[in-house]
Amino acid sequence: MDFGPYLMLAIMEGALTAAVLALTASGLALVFGVMRVVNVAHGEFFMLGAVLAWWVSQLAGGSPVWGFLLALCVVPLLVGVLAAAVDMTILKRINYDPERTIVATIGILYILQQVTLMTYGPEARPVAPPFNTRVALPWFEMSNGALQLYWPWGLSITSYKLFVIGAACVVLLGLWALMTQTKLGLLMRATEQDREMAHAFGIPVQRVYAIAFGLGAGMAALAAVLIVPIQQAHYLMGGDPLLLSFIVVIIGGLGSLPGAILAALLIGLSDGIISVFFSPTLAKIFATLLVAFVLVFRPNGLWGTRNS
Amino acid sequence: MTTDLKKSVILHAGVVLALFVLQFVLPAYHHGNMARIMVLASYAIGYNLLFGYTGLLSLGHALFFAAGLYGAGLAMSQFGLSAGPALVIGVVAGVVIGAVVGGLALRTEGVAFMIVTLMFAQAGYLTILYFGAYTRGDEGFVIAQTERVLFGVDLSAPLVRYFAAFSLFCAAILTCFLAVKSRFGRVLVAIRENEERAAMLGYDVAKYKLGAVVLSAGLSALAGAGYALLFGYVGASFASVQYSIFPLLWVLLGGAGTVLGPLVGTVFMFYLIDLSSGLTTAYMLIAGLVLVVLTVFAPQGVMGEVRRRMWRWLP
Repeated sequence: MDFGPYLMLAIMEGALTAAVLALTASGLALVFGVMRVVNVAHGEFFMLGAVLAWWVSQLAGGSPVWGFLLALCVVPLLVGVLAAAVDMTILKRINYDPERTIVATIGILYILQQVTLMTYGPEARPVAPPFNTRVALPWFEMSNGALQLYWPWGLSITSYKLFVIGAACVVLLGLWALMTQTKLGLLMRATEQDREMAHAFGIPVQRVYAIAFGLGAGMAALAAVLIVPIQQAHYLMGGDPLLLSFIVVIIGGLGSLPGAILAALLIGLSDGIISVFFSPTLAKIFATLLVAFVLVFRPNGLWGTRNS
Repeated sequence: MTTDLKKSVILHAGVVLALFVLQFVLPAYHHGNMARIMVLASYAIGYNLLFGYTGLLSLGHALFFAAGLYGAGLAMSQFGLSAGPALVIGVVAGVVIGAVVGGLALRTEGVAFMIVTLMFAQAGYLTILYFGAYTRGDEGFVIAQTERVLFGVDLSAPLVRYFAAFSLFCAAILTCFLAVKSRFGRVLVAIRENEERAAMLGYDVAKYKLGAVVLSAGLSALAGAGYALLFGYVGASFASVQYSIFPLLWVLLGGAGTVLGPLVGTVFMFYLIDLSSGLTTAYMLIAGLVLVVLTVFAPQGVMGEVRRRMWRWLP
């Protein structure tokens, strides 16, 4: 393959990473924005989504389409309810103290991960994609001074990957609508701006927190359900999404949803491109150092404002 | 000497004496465990200086432990140095990395400080994997028994190893005790309680905090280098996130901001994991449960509760 089609392939893979990352990271950003706490167990909610998707599709049996659709509806809900329960039983008791919350969510991380290891086991298990046709992509070349389209060998993407990218866009639009157009979104934004004032105005802050925490975890689970036909479900799979979401949320400005989505696009695309052309370990070293330096020198994100 | 100081000196000397006597009584298996625990407790003591006394929660101390571990290990395996200079190189590596990371990370505070330290440690871990040709990555490398000789004594012999671990632990606990009782330590506690007031009283808060990071990193690196020398194994898992979480767990359990807390927490957690790993492969479940239960019900830890209820003079 020439360089052009090769780059195109890297960009398509990057777009897939970006789509899933945008979903996962916006969940983390939502939780940080509304509740001002860092949820270290976020990656484990992602993992739980993938494992439960395998379980649901196994229970449903029959054609993979029905199993997948069922998982898509049920799994984010299950994980969301679990997260809301965690919020009400543990985080509420420590009064959302930022540092103690991190320690507690580290504990939750290990509990979820190890319970999965004990029940689901150490194997990686695949979920059949509901549809998976190969879509060849065209590329252009200059011949005799005119642009000409052709289909280079190997430049293709599957219909399922395209569906994931599309679905991520739809869900993110839905999240935007939820935050800006509905009463619940209004309550969450009010709580985000000033917890005490919101409380004084009779907003049930406690319930808003539980919903926000559940919604954030549900987003991660949804992203996992979408990706699990491409990646297999494994009990240790939560580490990478957590790290990448951290990177995205910090570069996008802590708690800012549009910033997180923009950063997800940047990180996803560059991750796709860098890991195709360079060593993935080197890419990760640069990414982690980038996060550290952004936090040290630009604590409000690359394009954040001072007053947030 | 005031009576309080006298009491605490007697208590700590008693604990140290008990640890010394223990080596003649313990059966072989627990003998080896206690040597390991004392080295790891020294690491926890280093962590406690920063977390317990200065109030800075770092999630990246594995970087300092690994700096000592690899500083000493690589000096021996790659450059053929003997144990003494290797130990010094390990500690120096930890102090230098501590100064650099501290200088950068202390520009942030609270949650951002935790994430920055976590990210630096993660970058360090990945760097160890990246240079797999020298470090042998996750698999790690072994330091030959014949090289692990300090002042003409074979460190791998059980009795010597116990005594070396004991000396390391004594050095750590003495450093901690003296630091806490000194002016320096009191300023650190003042910073923990109220940073703005400490600054207003004229203390150079930034300098004291950096000092705390460097001292803490140095002690952690000493424990890491000691681990490499005493147990002869150097591997990337010691640089992973898990080994940043462990000292936090030990200190929280034993009691943050107490001199003996790290030892109590390490002993307790070590045996808890030792017992549970006999039952299940998912032994980290115990660590998770303990973390959650501690943050919710007993944020002061064992020695913190002892100080609150019985011995108010406990340093």
